[in-house]
Amino acid sequence: MNILILVRQVPDAEARVKINAQQVDLDGATLVIDGMDEYGVEEALRLRESGAPIEQIIALAIGPKRNEDALRTALAMGVDRAIHVETDEKFDAVTLSRVVAQVAQAENATLILAGGQEADWDSQALGAASAERLGWPQLTWTNELKLDGDTITGRHDVDDGNESFRATLPAVVTTQQGLNEPRYPTLPNIMKAKKKELRKDDPAGYGLSSKVRTVNAEIQTRARLNRMIDGKDAQAAAQQLLDLLRNEAKVIA
Amino acid sequence: MILIVAEHAAGKLAKATLEMVTAARESGREGPVTLLVLGQNVAAVANEAAAVADQVLVADLPGLATYNAEVWAAATTQIAQEGEAHTVIIGGSRSGREYAPRVAVKLDAAYLEDATKLSSNGAALQAQRYTYLARVTETVEADGTVVVTVKPGSFAPAAPAAAAGEQYDVELTLPAARVEVTGKSVEKSSRVALTEADVIVTGGRGVGSPENFSRYVEALADNLGAGVGATRAVVDAGWRPYAEQVGQTGKTVQPKAYIALGVSGAVQHLSGMGKSKNIIAINKDAEAPIFKVADYGIVGDINEIVPALIEASRK
Repeated sequence: MNILILVRQVPDAEARVKINAQQVDLDGATLVIDGMDEYGVEEALRLRESGAPIEQIIALAIGPKRNEDALRTALAMGVDRAIHVETDEKFDAVTLSRVVAQVAQAENATLILAGGQEADWDSQALGAASAERLGWPQLTWTNELKLDGDTITGRHDVDDGNESFRATLPAVVTTQQGLNEPRYPTLPNIMKAKKKELRKDDPAGYGLSSKVRTVNAEIQTRARLNRMIDGKDAQAAAQQLLDLLRNEAKVIA
Repeated sequence: MILIVAEHAAGKLAKATLEMVTAARESGREGPVTLLVLGQNVAAVANEAAAVADQVLVADLPGLATYNAEVWAAATTQIAQEGEAHTVIIGGSRSGREYAPRVAVKLDAAYLEDATKLSSNGAALQAQRYTYLARVTETVEADGTVVVTVKPGSFAPAAPAAAAGEQYDVELTLPAARVEVTGKSVEKSSRVALTEADVIVTGGRGVGSPENFSRYVEALADNLGAGVGATRAVVDAGWRPYAEQVGQTGKTVQPKAYIALGVSGAVQHLSGMGKSKNIIAINKDAEAPIFKVADYGIVGDINEIVPALIEASRK
């Protein structure tokens, strides 16, 4: 079986995000492979190491050139090869799922691993939309996964707690914190990764046309009061805070 | 028509449903606001729904007894097609954001995810949403049929209308669920749910220990009738269950008051609580980033301040 992993290169959580001409401008920002996607890369490698008959682990990125770095990271972690559908055009997740579905079919993938929520779009849609296009079931927010033949079992978070599940491949699984601890690429593996295939695909072949337009983007910060209360006298500080919350902010009774 | 899939649990309509009704009315889209109630034994929920919507469609079927993404997507799509809905609104809960993209694909519709504001601009529906770990507010728009998920806590809950909406039973052809649920653990809490709480008390590593967490965070929350939250560090350390985690990989909350005890204020945490109406931070480290986003801050020792707060809030 083959596993397809979706990766994105996103700003580091501590990176300052700029706005230029009403759009997000990542020029100069520190970019990293999306942490949520990294869990997917790691999990695929662990499934193989646990003895599952996995022939190929393929990483797919769709987007601007910077995504090459995410693919190189995945290759250095141990993924076999990578595909980059390079485009500077902004597509929404539901549109991008067309590419995912076509690549999954062309590569005979029976398991797709995707991050539970991307740190750039703050979207959870790519895994689910890809599953729908392929007619596959999906398991989202997975924090435990086992593979036995073509049966997957595991555990994932739901609205009011968590569930254990069983499903038959093919399926889409979205990953998150708690699933595993992603490995660091070692230097020899980083060197080896340079020789691995990173194929460039033409986006024109996938029939993409986004239904969603971005009108503008802005950094919106709520003005905060920033009122500091002296904490040296605990009793007085506590009383002052409660008074402010009751009478000024009116948030507690 | 505007079709809203009602969220409900334990025989009661969720607050999120009332928020979606407001979102629908503020969207500027035309047609009756229609609530779709999916489930089994949902007569009470349907009655509650009728009080706020123009009409209610009720699918009371054994196949809908428990949530399943593919089944919910199929049911919603069938009703949207039959009713010629141009706008489908689904809750921005974990499950809502799981099946809504499937509905968008089935309907070949645009998908506006996790909207915090809706308005119309000619034929286009415009939505605001947060991106980049909630550091950026984007406005996106789409024409034609649109599927929208609405971020909990972003709209005021709708008040009951003057006249109750008509209720109609609907027939559905449901697919078989392909994901088998083999066990379930409901993280029950006697406290108010984080996403519904007006006040949240959250503890970070600065609280010191699991024992202190109970002694300070839980005790203060109980005094204030608040929900209990935790940071990722606290959850990773095993002090608290994941269900209490607030942040990028946990829950997003927007209470009236968010009281952060011993929380440093990492970006990932701020992305989950930064939109709270009032932020109150207590931390002994005056340099903690949480103070930059706080309305009220106390630099001080949790061990002294919180007992004093608990004592004072009891009066």
